[in-house]
Amino acid sequence: MTARQMVPDGPRPTAFGPARLGIYGFLVVSAVFFLMPLYVMIVTSLKPMEEIRHGALFAWPANPTLAPWIEAWSSACTGLKCEGLKVGFANSVFITVPSAVLAITIGMVNGYALSLWRLRWSSLLFGALLMGAFIPYQVLFFPLVRMLAAIGFFGNLAGIVTVQVIFSLPVMTLLFRNYYASLPYDLFKAARVDGAGFWRTWRSVMLPLSGPMIVVALILKVTNTWNDYVLGLVFAGHRYLPMTVELNNIVNTTHGEREYNMEMAATLLTALVPLAIYFVSGRWFVRGIAAGAVKG
Amino acid sequence: MAHVSVRKVDIAFGTVSVLDQLDLDVQPGEFVVLLGPSGCGKSTLLNAIAGLLDVNRGQIWIGGRNVTWAEPKDRGIAMVFQTYALYPQMTVRENMAFGLKIAGLPRLEIENRVREAAAILQLKPLMTRKPAELSGGQRQRVAIGRALVREASVFLFDEPLSNLDAQLRNELRVEIKRLHQRLGATMIYVTHDQIEALTLADRIAVMKDRRIQQFSTPEKLYQQPANRFVAGFVGSPAMNFQAGVMERADGGMRFRSGAFELPVDVMAHTGTEVELGMRPEHILVGESEGQDEGGMPATVEMVEPMGAETLVWTSVAGLPFSVRVDQRRRLSVGQKVSLRFPSQEIHLFDRETGARL
Ligand SMILES: Nc1ncnc2c1ncn2[C@@H]1O[C@H](COP(=O)(O)OP(=O)(O)OP(=O)(O)O)[C@@H](O)[C@H]1O
Ligand SMILES: [Mg+2]
Repeated sequence: MTARQMVPDGPRPTAFGPARLGIYGFLVVSAVFFLMPLYVMIVTSLKPMEEIRHGALFAWPANPTLAPWIEAWSSACTGLKCEGLKVGFANSVFITVPSAVLAITIGMVNGYALSLWRLRWSSLLFGALLMGAFIPYQVLFFPLVRMLAAIGFFGNLAGIVTVQVIFSLPVMTLLFRNYYASLPYDLFKAARVDGAGFWRTWRSVMLPLSGPMIVVALILKVTNTWNDYVLGLVFAGHRYLPMTVELNNIVNTTHGEREYNMEMAATLLTALVPLAIYFVSGRWFVRGIAAGAVKG
Repeated sequence: MAHVSVRKVDIAFGTVSVLDQLDLDVQPGEFVVLLGPSGCGKSTLLNAIAGLLDVNRGQIWIGGRNVTWAEPKDRGIAMVFQTYALYPQMTVRENMAFGLKIAGLPRLEIENRVREAAAILQLKPLMTRKPAELSGGQRQRVAIGRALVREASVFLFDEPLSNLDAQLRNELRVEIKRLHQRLGATMIYVTHDQIEALTLADRIAVMKDRRIQQFSTPEKLYQQPANRFVAGFVGSPAMNFQAGVMERADGGMRFRSGAFELPVDVMAHTGTEVELGMRPEHILVGESEGQDEGGMPATVEMVEPMGAETLVWTSVAGLPFSVRVDQRRRLSVGQKVSLRFPSQEIHLFDRETGARL
């Protein structure tokens, strides 16, 4: 073979050496490790019970069926009632939507006021708010229950939404405060010279720039609220138990044989919303975080 | 056109005082430049005039009104920022119309004003673009346009050109000058670029150490700097300074530093410690040692060509002096020359206070 002289020109050739092979190998093994439980859950949820009894955990379903999914959604028993997860799903939506909208809106205005309107006590206020983020919230349950009960906000939708908003305010405020502080301050000054007041500046100048951070906040808040168990259990009352609590009730209520397929389906259904959000907005999430870190 | 008056204003950030008993009086229609080193409080003063910053003490008057407590929008001012500060998600047209919309002007009036400003600044083809789609020079023009439509009586500029390259800077500088002549409005302009200051200003306020060091016309600033700082800050290449003492000699005064002696016109006590200042362009270079009557022997130590002129570093009786000569003058390192220091161009400053003698 004639050794051809390589003149460096154009794109650099990518070498596929042993190091790269090692990296890919490691990535594949990790992916398999994390995807295996998911795989088992999915195939189990599609098998009839006879097949599960054979115990071949990894086997592909011989007679795939959607019956467990339908049962989980509409007729599985949660304690005394047998209405499936659909009630819990609706409850979770009723809880998540208003609390996300409220928490993000209030957090945004808080962050805006604290970062741009350098008010006299703003740093003290912000410090107090941050402290709030570090207090373990179990400590607050009892006083909070008493306070909410006193104003009729305990054990109903308004109660759980209020609690959800209160507990996420520190993080939401921090998120937006840092984002607004990273914007050029001259922008705010220009708006003031143009005669825009507190709300006008926020609505016309700051809000349209908040897109990336709203996406980040939305993802954080929605997954957080959807996955919440304890707050829902304590504050929502019987009528508005969220999906996570209902899932637990299904799994823990067994009449006779454990229906693994239905339980797997129920678990997957519950996890579907956060999963969908990650898939749809993962890219925006990263972009939003980058936008917060880097100026402009 | 309005009179702007800053009266005994103190501003401090926490315990750090930035402006101290500062007075500034700007005549109607005047173009005043605030010049000074970085961090001397130029932006702070401008923001205080604009109402974006509260003063700790003192008053601010605009157009015969005490506006110390007034909101920026009620002061009859318009402002252009160094970072342009255009609203990123609005088009050029919306950027310019924003303030007018808030002020509740009728739509027709807004359109007229925006159209007029766009014509003056040649922004017509850019009206529907967003700031991200504009070049730096175009952005700054839009920022100026946004100030223009307010039809303010006072325009405030905070280093509007410092983010632009040299050529654009020259172009926009001329444009701003033309704008001033056309509008006749009072303008206060912050910069730390000397050329900008000298070419634009009717009067220049040189700031340092929380105060205005000198406030006068560009010519006066150059010819009669009030103190050592102004003398060193204004003029490029910088003035030569040499420390020495005053002596009495044959009926006149003399400056002496080691073997270097120079008769001067200034009266001062013998033994006063002073600093001699001499601009490189005012020192005269004679052909060679001895031939030139009254010249001092010097040696060329370094030659820096600067285009139209050459800066020559010389040594006179052990003291370094830079001298500016025409580029056609061929001088080489090691060459012996004679230097003359015309007495009417000599500046003397008290070494303790820095004040001009
Ligand atoms: N928000 C602030 N908090 C504390 N100190 C400040 C603040 N803004 C400005 N300073 C200080 O005040 C002084 C004057 O600042 P200013 O921005 O007015 O300077 P400047 O003359 O405009 O400088 P430059 O030419 O760099 O723009 C500086 O020493 C600065 O550190
Ligand atoms: Mg500044």
